[in-house]
Amino acid sequence: MSGDAAIEARGLVKSYGKVQALCGVDLTAPAGTVLGLLGPNGAGKTTAVRILTTLLPADGGEARVAGIDVMSEAPKLRTEIGLAGQYAAVDENLTGFENLDMVGRLYHLPKGEPARRAEKLLEDFELDEAGGRLVRTYSGGMRRRLDLAAALVAEPPVLFLDEPTTGLDPRSRLALWETIEGRVAEGTTVLLTTQYLDEADRLADRISVIDHGVVIAEGSSDELKDQVGGESLEVTLERSDDVGGAIAALTPLASAEPRPEDGILRVPVSVRKGAVADAVRRLEQAGVGIDDISMRRPTLDDVFLELTGHAAEEDEEDGEER
Amino acid sequence: MSGFRYAVSDTLVLAKRNFLRIPRAPDLLLAFTVQPLMFVLLFAYVFGGAIPTPGHTYIDFLIPGILVQTMAFGGFVTALGIAEDLKKGLIDRFRSLPMSRSAVLAGRTLADIATNIIQIVVMLGVGLIIGFGFSTSLPEIVLGLLILLLFGYAFSWIFAFMGLVSSSPEAAQSLGFIVIFPLTFVSSAFVPPETMPASLQWFAEWNPISIVVNAIRALFIGDPAGNTVWGAIAWSAGIALFFAVLAVYKYKRAVVR
Repeated sequence: MSGDAAIEARGLVKSYGKVQALCGVDLTAPAGTVLGLLGPNGAGKTTAVRILTTLLPADGGEARVAGIDVMSEAPKLRTEIGLAGQYAAVDENLTGFENLDMVGRLYHLPKGEPARRAEKLLEDFELDEAGGRLVRTYSGGMRRRLDLAAALVAEPPVLFLDEPTTGLDPRSRLALWETIEGRVAEGTTVLLTTQYLDEADRLADRISVIDHGVVIAEGSSDELKDQVGGESLEVTLERSDDVGGAIAALTPLASAEPRPEDGILRVPVSVRKGAVADAVRRLEQAGVGIDDISMRRPTLDDVFLELTGHAAEEDEEDGEER
Repeated sequence: MSGFRYAVSDTLVLAKRNFLRIPRAPDLLLAFTVQPLMFVLLFAYVFGGAIPTPGHTYIDFLIPGILVQTMAFGGFVTALGIAEDLKKGLIDRFRSLPMSRSAVLAGRTLADIATNIIQIVVMLGVGLIIGFGFSTSLPEIVLGLLILLLFGYAFSWIFAFMGLVSSSPEAAQSLGFIVIFPLTFVSSAFVPPETMPASLQWFAEWNPISIVVNAIRALFIGDPAGNTVWGAIAWSAGIALFFAVLAVYKYKRAVVR
């Protein structure tokens, strides 16, 4: 394994009894980047995170995080990582401040440092007013923010976020995304698991799509989208009986046959630049009126459907991975 | 050596966390003091009249027994708390930190000593009001109190283990009741074992709970001590050690070394 990746795993294997959770998973995240681990419930995402954070021994394979061997140097590795999970693992009978202070002490930070960092983090996460209140009075979004803050107390170079926004309302979700982006801008490496495509699309530099314990695709969001075909023009016609004329006018632009679908004409194009202007001009010359015209890129939803044959957020029967 | 220092400081950090819970979840403490008080009053006034205890009034006979039973259940919060921490993912967080592997459990059991002290104070207070009286010297009473706390500490480790092996806080609760309840009743805590059928009597006489109860009776109301004081200390220390090792092993098991 090369030494410069912050997270590197080769051939991770793990089974629980007869259930094969991971069947040889490779993952790589260069320092300072976000690796998105995208997959449905039960795909093996949490198992991978638990192995990389020393919580679970792998049955096979090897992994290094921050240059430290996950299996043989687990105690050393624990000072270099932060973990925030889908459960908001904070103590309800402590205040927000006490939670962060406790975690800082358990990281063995120098005297005074846990309290100082707790104050700072509460401020950063807009929890400073709630910092003195018991966590059991917090909303779901506040608990998640506190959970993420707890993972950041030691300013670890590598952060593991296991479905950090599952169950959050859109506003809290956006706020959490912005916080994560802020940490990445400061050089933190993040492994993020998610079953939300928009989340992976927004945050991840590289995405590994995982299903049934196997990485079935890997690449940047754009690369993955290219795998399922490029972009297309979507044209909404003023009058649906113009469709023949529209197809004739746009065929010279198309990289594959244009096809009408639900009143919208989809025209696959190979060259994005100038395509919209060109199409508008051609349709005008042909005398075809249009209501709307736009470029559409395939979404990660399309990617997931194409790769796995099922949608990303569909629940599997063996959904529980813990 | 720094490993040991961290084990101590981590344990104290977590003990503080669990101390803070006490005033913040007063319903739990209320349950913990009201339930044994209810037992005191039930046994003293409902069953007591029908239980002959040669040489002692029933109240004098009862208070040491019920104190030991209360200590046996004192670690209940530990089982509940650990099962809850597991369920909520807090144990995962602690396991991912560079902290001592024994501190989560040791911090819990240490905090239990505080709740056990509160329980002893409440029960002895009520006992004295309804007619209990010490008939021994102050050093003997103090030794008795220390043995009660050591015994309670040992049972906290049993509960720590139960919390780790239970699938949920509710399961931890019923597991605790199923195991500990018969143990405390088939003992010398509430009735003289001589009144039981032979096989139960045999069990009751070898039951470590009886040995501890007899030691406390010796130290509080002047029963002949025999070897019971040493026996109580040895049993308590042995149980604490055995279950501490077992529980810490269980806690670490799912973790890489």
